[in-house]
Amino acid sequence: MSATDVTEATFNAEVLEAEGTVLVDFWAEWCGPCRAVSPILDQIGEEHSDKIRVVKLNVDDNPELAMKYQITSIPAMKVYRGGEVVKTIIGAKPKPALEADLAEFLA
Amino acid sequence: MRQLIIIGSGPAGYTAGIYAARANLAPLLIASSVTNGGELMNTTDVENYPGFPEGIQGPDLMALMQQQAERFGTEVLLDDVTDLDLSGDVKKVTLGSGRTEEALAVIFATGSAYRKLGVAGEDTFSGYGVSWCATCDGFFFREKVVAVVGGGDSAMEEATFLTKFADRVILIHRSENLRASEIMQERARQNPKIEFRLNTVVDSMSGGDKLTTLHLRSTTDGSTSDLEVDGLFVAIGSDPRTHLVHGKLDINADGTVWVDGRSSRTSVPGVFAAGDVLDPTYRQAVTAAGSGTVAALDAEHYLAALPKTLTAVPA
Repeated sequence: MSATDVTEATFNAEVLEAEGTVLVDFWAEWCGPCRAVSPILDQIGEEHSDKIRVVKLNVDDNPELAMKYQITSIPAMKVYRGGEVVKTIIGAKPKPALEADLAEFLA
Repeated sequence: MRQLIIIGSGPAGYTAGIYAARANLAPLLIASSVTNGGELMNTTDVENYPGFPEGIQGPDLMALMQQQAERFGTEVLLDDVTDLDLSGDVKKVTLGSGRTEEALAVIFATGSAYRKLGVAGEDTFSGYGVSWCATCDGFFFREKVVAVVGGGDSAMEEATFLTKFADRVILIHRSENLRASEIMQERARQNPKIEFRLNTVVDSMSGGDKLTTLHLRSTTDGSTSDLEVDGLFVAIGSDPRTHLVHGKLDINADGTVWVDGRSSRTSVPGVFAAGDVLDPTYRQAVTAAGSGTVAALDAEHYLAALPKTLTAVPA
């Protein structure tokens, strides 16, 4: 199962006002590393569904959010809690490395 | 146990896969979990790979190579090698998932990794304005000012590509001689959005949340100046990716894996190298593919000459 897509219309409800921890994967169709890391993020989201919710945001379709969050490199993975960014990870990484980066949210 | 494991998924690895699979070696190709396809995945138009007169997109070329290798029986695994034991007749490859694979021969084709400038601020602003991949990140610099550092083909390509998005692209190179091929230089020089800042190096960089300023120094008179930019793309070449084989294979002074003459045979019997990892000079997709062919043929001969007691093990 792949993660929910969020858009400018749903970002407030799905991310900023959401309960708990949400990881937003900023990605694009033309970004090879994004496509490589996407299934790994899906796995992490499924394996830790009680701790973190993984959603995807297409930067081509939602340029204003990409600009607002100062995205200059993708894949960019931002972790939100209570409407604030609490962690940013940039670049595709193997699953163990991503799990290590996200350890504090998955424990 | 397998006959052959190929580590690497660029043109060298996949071409080795095509040849080895057609020789019925049923190779396992370990492609990495997030960088399958290698360097060409970050390239747009490939105009110099024979057989594609109109050019081909890098990711499309790599998808075709993978299909061709798989068609003949190469098994592609999206995992990362974390450790190698090359000392015995049976080579052991440990993967990120924890599993271990064994084979009688290994082809090492891990390519090369981008070189960093090694200046203050580079790590801090990596992903916050500093990038190594114009095709990945250029999109975010629409109507912005960006700099490219480097004098080779990849620097010219990145600068030219970035003009699709940026208003102004400043190409910075430490000397006035560019290594880039004539056609790539000419394309960049003809582009009205590209300015050349030659005989110049980036000393350091600064900014707040994001990169804002490059601190430049002239290599001719030592004078310094600041350049306000939104982004910096580093294209100063790459180094062979050999950390997995340090202390296990002989390495040349230039960092490439040592091989015996024009063969792919490394200092350890049964271990072969291919592609950028052994090539300090040419480093083209097509030379890497040729090098993968050499490694597959060498591995095939090596396996054929092994005592039957070893090769009789079922695959």
